[in-house]
Amino acid sequence: MIIGDYESWGRFPKYKPFDVFSVYWRNEIPDLSKFPKKILPFAWGKSYGDTCLNEDGILIDTKNLSKFISFDEETGLLRCEAGVTLASILDFFVPRGWFLSVTPGTKFISVAGAVANDVHGKNHHNSGTFGCHVTKFELVRSSGERLICSSEENTELFKATIGGLGLTGLITWVEFKLKSCPSAFFAMESEKFYNVDEFFEINTKSEKKFDYTVSWVDCTSSGSRLGRGIYNRGNHAHPDDYELPKLPKQKLKSFPFDAAFINSATVNLFNMLYFNKQINRIEKNIIHYDPFFYPLDAVLHWNKAYGKNGFLQYQFVVPYGNEKESVKEILKQVSGSGMSSFLTVLKTFGDMKSPGMLSFPRPGVTMAIDFRMGGEKTLKFLERLDSIVRESGGVLYPAKDARMSAEDFQRFYPQWTEFENYIDPAFSSSFWRRVTKNELTVNNSQLTF
Amino acid sequence: MKKIMIFGAVSAIAQETAKLFARDGEHLFLVDMNLGRLEALRDDILARFKTKIDIYEMNALDFDKHQELFDKAVQTMGGLDAVLIAHGTLPDQTKTQESPELIIREFNINCVSVISLASIAANYFVKKKEGCIAVISSVAGDRGRQSNYIYGAAKGGVTTFLQGLRNRLAHSGVSVVTIKPGMVDTPMTAHLPKNPLFAKPGDIGKGIYKAMLSGKAVAYLPGYWRLIMTIIKMIPEGIFKKMKL
Repeated sequence: MIIGDYESWGRFPKYKPFDVFSVYWRNEIPDLSKFPKKILPFAWGKSYGDTCLNEDGILIDTKNLSKFISFDEETGLLRCEAGVTLASILDFFVPRGWFLSVTPGTKFISVAGAVANDVHGKNHHNSGTFGCHVTKFELVRSSGERLICSSEENTELFKATIGGLGLTGLITWVEFKLKSCPSAFFAMESEKFYNVDEFFEINTKSEKKFDYTVSWVDCTSSGSRLGRGIYNRGNHAHPDDYELPKLPKQKLKSFPFDAAFINSATVNLFNMLYFNKQINRIEKNIIHYDPFFYPLDAVLHWNKAYGKNGFLQYQFVVPYGNEKESVKEILKQVSGSGMSSFLTVLKTFGDMKSPGMLSFPRPGVTMAIDFRMGGEKTLKFLERLDSIVRESGGVLYPAKDARMSAEDFQRFYPQWTEFENYIDPAFSSSFWRRVTKNELTVNNSQLTF
Repeated sequence: MKKIMIFGAVSAIAQETAKLFARDGEHLFLVDMNLGRLEALRDDILARFKTKIDIYEMNALDFDKHQELFDKAVQTMGGLDAVLIAHGTLPDQTKTQESPELIIREFNINCVSVISLASIAANYFVKKKEGCIAVISSVAGDRGRQSNYIYGAAKGGVTTFLQGLRNRLAHSGVSVVTIKPGMVDTPMTAHLPKNPLFAKPGDIGKGIYKAMLSGKAVAYLPGYWRLIMTIIKMIPEGIFKKMKL
């Protein structure tokens, strides 16, 4: 076992497992009740914080469960093993005219991880989360049962496992819907906005016409330019409507070493350059799905650019109502803190409901902000942001989290007590122990959101 | 549609080669000792490609069933055009060297069964005056080293056998392909610490596919192993015997 292979993406916290057990075949799953410590599935380690870590416990490495099982060309239903990456699905299916119904900003995740974190992407406003497109999966429990879970069978476990952070059992395969796509390309428009209000104006008109929307925000700007950024929106490009470029030859680069390359000077420079790179207010391009969805995947291990101490991603959603004020307040805090973020992403969620019991997305505005892990100072600062999120009635995203308090988690996800009934007794994670160690009794009716 | 039998089909490397032939629409007859794994592999390939696949469960050590296997493959597919023999184990040298029984077992798996299967294939293809016999040997068979000489000697036996077989079949239209992979990151080597010389099974599988199509005699995979092994073979025995390799 090489422990470095079992870090989370943010590389904070650094929790070592007691041992790692790799599974290679879906019909040869070991007796999950026989491990000497609590277990947790782990595939590609792209969760940012500690949801994929299990300090002093056992990680069940599922990345070798990498087989397809069946594909129905009529319905687009793909059944594949837990560790299959979104990248390998795209590689195979895009040339055949199929695309993922939902994809997050990296394709180097497993399908079981996509279920366990109920991931979302640029089309949440019309397509919901990954879990909305899952029809079935198999869950192996430490009781030895192999359960098929769907909206008809083992319904409660189906709901608990979607967004269930890997705690309800070992997913061995997932069946979900692909959608047909006319090409590997997207017709993309980028529009500059100069403040938060402009973002919301552009967003309202864009969401009606574009399947995919997301914005990059310069969080170093302030004053009248607070929350300036670039709004990206796009649709699948049909070869009848556009002249499509040649398929790019993908050459992955890898960030070569650990270096604290990202600091406030480079971040300020990057944000300034990135905003000004686009000269016209609106630019239109036909681009391949890789730069459209996965610009950061072009550099493998880009997380190393934050150095050995790692980084934190702070992702919250605040419900509609006071959303503009909440976003502005957070941006003020960030730009005033000097703790600038390399990449800040802003997007609105739609109202399509996921079956997931603990799912993060809900109607509102979500923002993801990256911070270099600078120790206590960074953690204290994020607590200030917590209070804004709390007061706005928002919640934080467990898949990105490494530090929210148990009190906050239990307030954000009051259904956690119900969820606990579905946790497999042999399973646990560092995240779960952290956010449940204080048995706080939060009375929801008394909370003033 | 070519008819190809792959023995040891669920090994990480052979799976990759099988997928490439399946992509070309070839009819595959996949043999391994574990039916569940064969089914998983078959499902994976059929989810991807429109082709024909038959699976067959057997243990390489059942020597008396080798001929029956070939008859079955020929009967099922209506002929046979190529065979890839890919099964094998990587024994723990220090444990194995203490036990003649274990050594014999390793030889039976990695050498004797391979030679038996290759011979049956040769006798079939000679009559047909065409065909391809590809076998995964190893760079470890090029020179005996203290850390791995039981595996190495078995593979060396295979390599020498194939040399002779190739010589015998040179004028009969049958190609004999010796595959010599270096270290590959597979379940077989999961316990070993990895270094930059480790290759991916996908790359090796593709190398085998290409070597089988071209009928190349010896394929070092990746190619740089040819150079490394040339150097290692040049070291005088007097010096080599004192080296820690």
